[in-house]
Amino acid sequence: MDAIRTNSLTKYYGRARGITDMNLTVEQGDFFGFIGPNGAGKSTTIRILLGLIAPSSGSAQVLGMDISRQKETILSHVGYMPSEASFYRNMRVRDVIKFSADLRRKDCRAEAQTLCERLELDVNRKIHELSLGNRKKVSIVCALQHMPRLCILDEPTSGLDPLMQREFYAILEERSKNGATIFVSSHILSEVQRYCRHAAIIREGRLLALDSTKNLGHTDTKRVRLRGTGRISDRLSSLLNLKDLQIDGDSVSFLYSGSLKELLNTLAALPLSDASITEPDLEEIFMHYYG
Amino acid sequence: MVMIRHELKEGRITLLIWTAVIAFMLSLCILIYPEMEMQMGDVSSIFAKMGSFSAAFGMDRLNFGEFTGFFGVECGNILGLGGALFAALLGISISAKEGREHTAEFLLTHPVSRRDILSRKLIAVFLQILFLNLFAVIITAVSIRAIGESPEIRPILLLFLAYFILQIEVASVCFGISAFLTQGGAGIGIGMAALLYFLNLAANLTDHADFVKYITPFSYTESADIIAGQCLDVKYLSAGLVFTIIGIGVGFCRYCKMDVLS
Repeated sequence: MDAIRTNSLTKYYGRARGITDMNLTVEQGDFFGFIGPNGAGKSTTIRILLGLIAPSSGSAQVLGMDISRQKETILSHVGYMPSEASFYRNMRVRDVIKFSADLRRKDCRAEAQTLCERLELDVNRKIHELSLGNRKKVSIVCALQHMPRLCILDEPTSGLDPLMQREFYAILEERSKNGATIFVSSHILSEVQRYCRHAAIIREGRLLALDSTKNLGHTDTKRVRLRGTGRISDRLSSLLNLKDLQIDGDSVSFLYSGSLKELLNTLAALPLSDASITEPDLEEIFMHYYG
Repeated sequence: MVMIRHELKEGRITLLIWTAVIAFMLSLCILIYPEMEMQMGDVSSIFAKMGSFSAAFGMDRLNFGEFTGFFGVECGNILGLGGALFAALLGISISAKEGREHTAEFLLTHPVSRRDILSRKLIAVFLQILFLNLFAVIITAVSIRAIGESPEIRPILLLFLAYFILQIEVASVCFGISAFLTQGGAGIGIGMAALLYFLNLAANLTDHADFVKYITPFSYTESADIIAGQCLDVKYLSAGLVFTIIGIGVGFCRYCKMDVLS
């Protein structure tokens, strides 16, 4: 049984495109990244999976159940963290967390306390007194306190300081080791590359790629960095398949997806003091896909 | 119970303020009655002969100089209009409030159906209306005793019952409207309550607008009719019941199917 499976999932908002013909599969126990530019359809996909919006066509199964027919059962096993955390302004943090647990009819006090301590969250403050980062922490606790089988997290670390980001991912990795499926939608590609085992890239409502992060990061494209003893950028004009050219004085950097032999022949003729040819990271792959 | 308790807690300040204000004004009106009665003299007959003004407020059929008649007119203004405004504000914010505070996403991603959430919110609204009206009854009873009057109880209780049903109807219709709003709505609620009040006044002024009485719930709270007839007007009540059911039904149908975008 897959944690998430969509079949030709499509959503239109009137005439505006949401997502088109999406076939997404996330295995149980996976740590999965969902990447795409603004407006690509990531939030639309997530909202359909949570039953917040209905698809125009297609279907979605979460934990083996159809979201249109067994929404409440699915949501009892899902923890969701939205990109913008909004709660009842005059409630205290502890009351919001308890309210969330009570709606699930579960006693989550022990786990909630542990999470609050690890995230350094003051439970006595009122929601309207909290910074964005602290509201995110409340959102994390509400999403994770009931030990869900599937965690869906939309831009989870935006607003968190680096220490908290590390602690947050440590918590997710522990959950993943215990069998939970983690589904993260993120713009921070370095995080996806570092923590996720698989990832999907979405653009303009369509799935462009779905593979392991290792394979996604492995392409024929190379990042080439050169430093010359003089100006060298002008002498690269003969190279085809050159993207993302960045010039900084005598230093040049670019993405190259052409013939390696042609590249080496061109570099051999340049007055270079240093050169490196590396695999591009996932962020560069992402730029390559929609740049 | 979790959802009901939460809604009651969220709305407690508003409920206490409205209850205090309406109860205070009711009590004040009753407490000044003895003073008014002394000075009334022939004023009540003058009030009854003021043409359209008298007809609009039923003072051509009520004796403003007697406690029950006085209470019927004053109660209509305070508990009728005040209670309707409160009920409208409660009803219109049932689902619009979640949109305004962007809490719908938080609430609706818990394992509770939208139908259950809405029904508990509606129950919480009805409980708040019940609390306000019960408190008004108690304060009225205490105030009447304080001034030493012993009016007939039945018409007064019927008045309170009529206003309670009116508030339930107004809240239910506003609940139906609320499902189409993503935020705000206070203006719509207040406007609707005021419109229904003035529709009844207009219907009292002319014989050519009888159909309006089937639209506005203030028709079955007409104190002159209740005090004279010692009962509520079933035909207007039935129309009110239909609007109540339609309001609740529309609200549920719309909210349970709509896309929640934030």
